[in-house]
Amino acid sequence: MTAADVHRAILAAWRIEQPWLITSLATMLRDVSLAEELTQDALLAALENWPATGVPEKPGAWLMTTAKRRALDHLRRDRMLERKHEMVAREMETEQQAMPDLDSALDDDIGDELLRLIFTACHPLLPREARAALALRMICGLTTEEIARAFLVPATTIAQRIVRAKRTLSESGLAYETPSGEQLSERLSSVLEVVYLIFNEGYAAARGNDWLRPQLCDEALRMGRVLTAIAPHEPEAHGLLALMELNASRTMARTDAAGEPILLLDQDRALWDQFQIRRGMRALQRAHELGGAGGFYALQAAIVACHAEARTPADTDWSRIARFYAELMMIVNSPIIELNRAVAIGMAEGAEAALAIIDGLAQKPDLKGYHLLPSVRGDLLYRLGRFGEARAAFEAAAALANNKREHDLLARRAAEAARAAMSSQFSPPM
Amino acid sequence: MRFMYIVTSAHPGPPTPELLEAMHKLAQREIKAGRMLDNGGLMPLAMGAQVRIKGGQLSVVDGPFVETKEVIGGYAIFELRDKEEALASAKEFMQLHKDLMPGWEGTCELRMFAGA
Repeated sequence: MTAADVHRAILAAWRIEQPWLITSLATMLRDVSLAEELTQDALLAALENWPATGVPEKPGAWLMTTAKRRALDHLRRDRMLERKHEMVAREMETEQQAMPDLDSALDDDIGDELLRLIFTACHPLLPREARAALALRMICGLTTEEIARAFLVPATTIAQRIVRAKRTLSESGLAYETPSGEQLSERLSSVLEVVYLIFNEGYAAARGNDWLRPQLCDEALRMGRVLTAIAPHEPEAHGLLALMELNASRTMARTDAAGEPILLLDQDRALWDQFQIRRGMRALQRAHELGGAGGFYALQAAIVACHAEARTPADTDWSRIARFYAELMMIVNSPIIELNRAVAIGMAEGAEAALAIIDGLAQKPDLKGYHLLPSVRGDLLYRLGRFGEARAAFEAAAALANNKREHDLLARRAAEAARAAMSSQFSPPM
Repeated sequence: MRFMYIVTSAHPGPPTPELLEAMHKLAQREIKAGRMLDNGGLMPLAMGAQVRIKGGQLSVVDGPFVETKEVIGGYAIFELRDKEEALASAKEFMQLHKDLMPGWEGTCELRMFAGA
């Protein structure tokens, strides 16, 4: 085994134990931030010692003992020792002597502790980027470097974000927060938002780049699974998991050999991961069983499910998709959702019906700089044989495009429409 | 990465109650950590059957299967970052067997899913 192999093995052994470490310490110290710090300390200790001694038979026990020792040191060093700390320190010394089997005390609490962790990390008081970093750190065990690479920011930025977030948590007394029953559903949306943000960050990343970026999807999926396991009665947790699983199922089909994105309707469906689709469908069903069919994430998942169920693009139930978009519009009145609805209506009922919706959107200020509006309009006009207008629309879209690839694609469609306009001028009268 | 763990043993007996409880606890923890996707213990060979192809012929054989030395006891499916994590996780699982069913011998084979 090379030094690199040993290093990887140590990291892996630590990552497997990390959730139990952090939850046990958080319970003991009643401080999530401190627990996280000690978990990291334990990793450093392992990296120092295990290359020489080998990975112990029970890595969990070794790491826990080390972390507890550090915790005691920390508590003793703290000159402003509050009574609670004294009590905790005494408790821990007694425990230390008894060398308890960690598992037994925590069995029923692990779900609760993970819940506390994830809710603390995603507290609405913290800025959103900080929540994402903290969640990835505490739930998924990612290092500062890994988080930094994933979000394409310097490691120092992430380190600062985490430090500031922890300070905010301790200063506002939120270092050990228990989300209560009623608050839970409310606070849950803040958690789901963070998880979805992480997923989208990974989803948008091009493959072939740093593997760590698409890896964010896996971490988000994992957090989604954690949430459905520890908050099983929350329909939107299942809805979000469904949405992520169903989107992730297309990973192998989304890019071509050159790394260029392939549109959903053009993808090779044989490459869609059926295992993930099944998991996504099951999660969506669970959301429905819990009465959450009309939820924000559940509706988006339902739309993606329509695609996942279709064996070929022609089998897509576009009317159903359009209905789901209409339902979404009732929750979030967004012109972008309406635009998507128009596309679905265009496929289900024809270009004329879709155009009526699009023209209604043309005045919306939100869509002024959005290239997809004139792009969709151009496509509909082309299908109706209104080539001159289609050309103008595609040219307007090309001007608004975000990058060269999009621009070139739209410019090509404009040229195509121009050619079609000319040839239709010269077709013989019937 | 998706992994399947397959546990085989030449000792055909069921797990001790202590081992069963410990495995259940571990499974619960791994599910809550979002890492274990599925798991199951399998009923004895005597209740199973095999459909075989040999010499171009398909045949059905009811359990128990005389020739079988290693019997599959159970399986689990995990979603983990890499093979190192899979090994660490499998070691922890097998350590339970070592601690709670002394004398037991067997194998936990871990295999990556194709395409995942």
